[in-house]
Amino acid sequence: MTKATNHNHGSTNHGSTMVEKILAAKSGKNKVAPGNLVNTKIDLALGNDITAPVAIKEFERFGVDKVFDPEKIVLVPDHFTPNKDIASAEQALLIRQFAQKYMIKHYYEIGRMGIEHALLPEQGLVRPGEVIIGADSHTCTYGALGAFATGVGSTDLAAAMVIGEAWFKVPSTLRFEFQGPLPRWVGGKDLILYTIGQIGVSGARYRAMEFAGSAISELSMDGRLTMANMAIEAGGKCGYVQPDQVTFDYLKGRVSVPYEAVYSDDDAVYEKVFSFDVSDLEPQIAFPPSPDKVRPVSDAKGIELQQVVIGSCTNGRIEDLRIAASVIKNKRVHPGVRMLVIPATQQIYRQALEEGLLTAFIDAEAVVSTPTCGPCLGGHMGILAHGEKALATTNRNFVGRMGHPESEVYLSGPAVAAASAVAGKIVHPEEVN
Amino acid sequence: MIFEGKAWLFGDNIDTDAIIAARYLSTSDPGELAEHLMEDIKPEFPGLVAPGDILVGGENFGCGSSREHAPLAIKGAGVSCVIAKSFARIFYRNAINIGLPIMECREELSGIEPGSDRLKVDLEQGTITHLQTGRVYKAEPFPPFMQEIINKGGLIEYVKARVNPAK
Repeated sequence: MTKATNHNHGSTNHGSTMVEKILAAKSGKNKVAPGNLVNTKIDLALGNDITAPVAIKEFERFGVDKVFDPEKIVLVPDHFTPNKDIASAEQALLIRQFAQKYMIKHYYEIGRMGIEHALLPEQGLVRPGEVIIGADSHTCTYGALGAFATGVGSTDLAAAMVIGEAWFKVPSTLRFEFQGPLPRWVGGKDLILYTIGQIGVSGARYRAMEFAGSAISELSMDGRLTMANMAIEAGGKCGYVQPDQVTFDYLKGRVSVPYEAVYSDDDAVYEKVFSFDVSDLEPQIAFPPSPDKVRPVSDAKGIELQQVVIGSCTNGRIEDLRIAASVIKNKRVHPGVRMLVIPATQQIYRQALEEGLLTAFIDAEAVVSTPTCGPCLGGHMGILAHGEKALATTNRNFVGRMGHPESEVYLSGPAVAAASAVAGKIVHPEEVN
Repeated sequence: MIFEGKAWLFGDNIDTDAIIAARYLSTSDPGELAEHLMEDIKPEFPGLVAPGDILVGGENFGCGSSREHAPLAIKGAGVSCVIAKSFARIFYRNAINIGLPIMECREELSGIEPGSDRLKVDLEQGTITHLQTGRVYKAEPFPPFMQEIINKGGLIEYVKARVNPAK
């Protein structure tokens, strides 16, 4: 389906999407089309304590004595940190030593760090129009700021650290228009879960996902980051929102280097355009074991829980913590539930402390942890036993994702998660407020 | 390259957590990873899979995390080739980058007895033969650029040759 065409272009010379334009510019081409293979200069390459050690081993096979640019590589030990065991400590050591040896400017030690995809935007390392690759599938998060950002593997990262380039197949683009004011208790997480539920876990495979419409214009940057973050759960190569005032306000004070915002042309060609009226959308829940088994919260009511996790690169930002704290304030976590709250970065942790959010969680008898990916991927800090059920604001609910293969993970936004922690079962936030 | 081995069947959307669970990611040794291949969805699998075997998946094989440990675990188990109706994109890149042969075959490979029937895969011809029935399936060809990476034995060798063409 093509968007209404005409404007200044000839009938055979249609416009380009934001991603096509960014890839063309960074590949030294005037124009690219879906399916083209391009060699692209990258502005930033990212690795973590699980993927970077593999990349470093591959890097060493090149026999070079420097990285392409020590200011354009970011290393964040966030998955199994603070080191959960000796093997993890060895992996963290490997990247720490690599960072020292090659004078990597953006190495973030614990105490200064955060979950990578919350950290990089916060630190002003993500700018509109840039190309960012990361050896982590949720690198697609940065599309919320109008960058082309995508997850790759460790070997891709290794090659990029040497040559500062990566190859891409230019993706076709799916456009998603979300219309209507967002109902109370509904946020970016609900929009993206709903979308994944509609198109399935391979519905955007190899494709770019453009998020637009009045509901997106109104959405905060934290909500947009949540949406772009989960593009990969639909198989997407990237997910993005075109820069607007919300973007520029977010960048102000964080970014000092110049950047150029890039926009899709009015006559850009989309593979398909989806239009969702979300004015009556309920909070959404993804049932185990797949992020596309999505239903409204009313269909999940009463499912008993043993654990609730609020955090991760998906929903561990300050807005998420504010929403969760507003729900749980002056209440108590149900005696049958363990609730974990994990601010995604050190800065968010500090801010939550100053705003009294952490007091609200601690008074409610929740656990508050230093930033870590920990439980989201079943690494540490909240592993599930056989038969247990968790509701998490994280991004995946595959078999065994948070622990025992016979445990189960449900996914939601922070409001439903906090309310359900109080109720001991999945509920709509209205039920405890 | 021609491979021949027992076929193991997996369904649609086999995610990388299923291929290798995160709790094993504090190593990247292919042999160690292989001991836990597909453990959470088929606990007996690490004991059954043998060198040369071929994995057959459905749509979106390897979705989820970017962990290269997933193709490494498959390679570590000695699997000669992974065939699927489609691959998730990061897994696809990773497999090619590390030199794990993969093939995309849109046709459903039917009537295969898992763990006993044998397949013969011809990478150059892009064909898959079910040896019990003689039925031949045609795989999707690789774009030439990717074929070049495959021919070089993975991304590192490919980039090395590009950076330093004299050697």
